[in-house]
Amino acid sequence: MKLNRWRKGILSRLLRVLFFRKVTAKIGIYGPPNAGKTTLANRIIHTFVDENEDMGVSTEVPHETRRAVRRKGILIDLKSKSVQNPHLNATTNPDSMSTSTSTSDSKSKQREGKAKLKLDIVDTPGLATKIDFHDFMAFGLEEQEAKKRAKEATEGVIEAIKWLDDIDGVLLLMDATEDPYTQTNIVIIGNLEARSIPMIVVANKMDLPEAAPQRIVDAFPQHPVIPISALKGENMDELYKEMARRFR
Amino acid sequence: MEIKIDLISEDKINSMSSMEKLRFILDGVKSGNIVILEGGLSSEEQMKLIELTMTEVDDDFPGIEISGYPAKRSFLNLRKKTRLTVIGPAKVMHTIKQDKDLISAVVSAV
Repeated sequence: MKLNRWRKGILSRLLRVLFFRKVTAKIGIYGPPNAGKTTLANRIIHTFVDENEDMGVSTEVPHETRRAVRRKGILIDLKSKSVQNPHLNATTNPDSMSTSTSTSDSKSKQREGKAKLKLDIVDTPGLATKIDFHDFMAFGLEEQEAKKRAKEATEGVIEAIKWLDDIDGVLLLMDATEDPYTQTNIVIIGNLEARSIPMIVVANKMDLPEAAPQRIVDAFPQHPVIPISALKGENMDELYKEMARRFR
Repeated sequence: MEIKIDLISEDKINSMSSMEKLRFILDGVKSGNIVILEGGLSSEEQMKLIELTMTEVDDDFPGIEISGYPAKRSFLNLRKKTRLTVIGPAKVMHTIKQDKDLISAVVSAV
C-alpha cells in the first residue's frame, strides 16, 4: 500500500516534470509559529513585486497568520533583482550552508544567475500540536478574544496541512535561535519527503547574536539549509538562487 | 494526581487501521494518559494526528505533546521503519530535549 503510494508519487512527479510542467509553481512557506514566515513572504513581495505591498502582518504574537494567503504571479528575476534592489547585495553574505551537490558547479550557477522563476507564494499559518488560549492572554488579549484567536489558529493549522496537497515546493522556515529538532519540524520534513515535494530549509533570524544555523544543518543534513534574516534582508540572494535551482 | 502510561505493542498498533490508531491514541491522551507506541507512527500518521487533534482543541484540551525517534531506512533503503513515538496531553507533558535516539520529557500533574 505504502509502496504503491510512493510509486504513484514518484510517477506523477516524473510525468509532471516531463510533460505537464507547470508554468507557475505554488511555493508554500511552512514552519512553526513565530519563525518569520510572513516576514519572509513580505520580503519576497517587496523585492520582486511592490515595496508597499504586504502579504500579511507580522507581530510577536504567535498565530498572527490564521488563514493561508496566496499571492499569485511573482516573477523571481535574479538578473534584474540586483538592479531593482542594489542594497541587497551590500548585506552580509556568509558562505552558503547548502548541502546541495550542485552548488559547486560554476556553469549551472551562471545559468541560475540568469534564471527567471514564476511562482505563487502561499503564506501558511504556523504548524503546532497545541494551541492554548492562555498563551494569547499573556500578550494582553482579553479571554474572549484569546479563545476566538485560539479557535481560528486551530483552523489555520488544518488549513496549512490541507494546502500540502496542492503545493509544488516548500520553504520550511526555522528559527535559528531555537532547537530545530522538534517533532513539528520532523513531521513536516517527513511528509514532504513522502510526497516528494522539493524543499529548502531556511534558517531565519541569523541577524540575532544567539542564532546558530549550524544546528539546523546538523539536524537535517539531507536537505539544503540557507541562513537568512528575512527582517533585515540578509543573505536573500542565496535563498533566491537556491529557489531557482530547486523549484524551476 | 496519578498519571497513567499506556505502552502499546507494535502488534496491537499494526492490527488497527490508520483512523482506528489515531482515534485510540487521541481518546487515551484526552483522558489524560501518556501513550507510548512501540514501532511508532509514520510522519503521515503524525500529521493526521495533528490535524485530528486540532479539530478537538477546546478550553480544557489545548492539544498534544508528541515526540518520537525518527524513522530509519530499512534494507536497501526502500522502506522507512518507524520507531517509538510518545504522545501526551500538552497540559501534562513537556519535551525538554530530543535528538535521534533520546527523548527527555517532564510529566507534571495539573
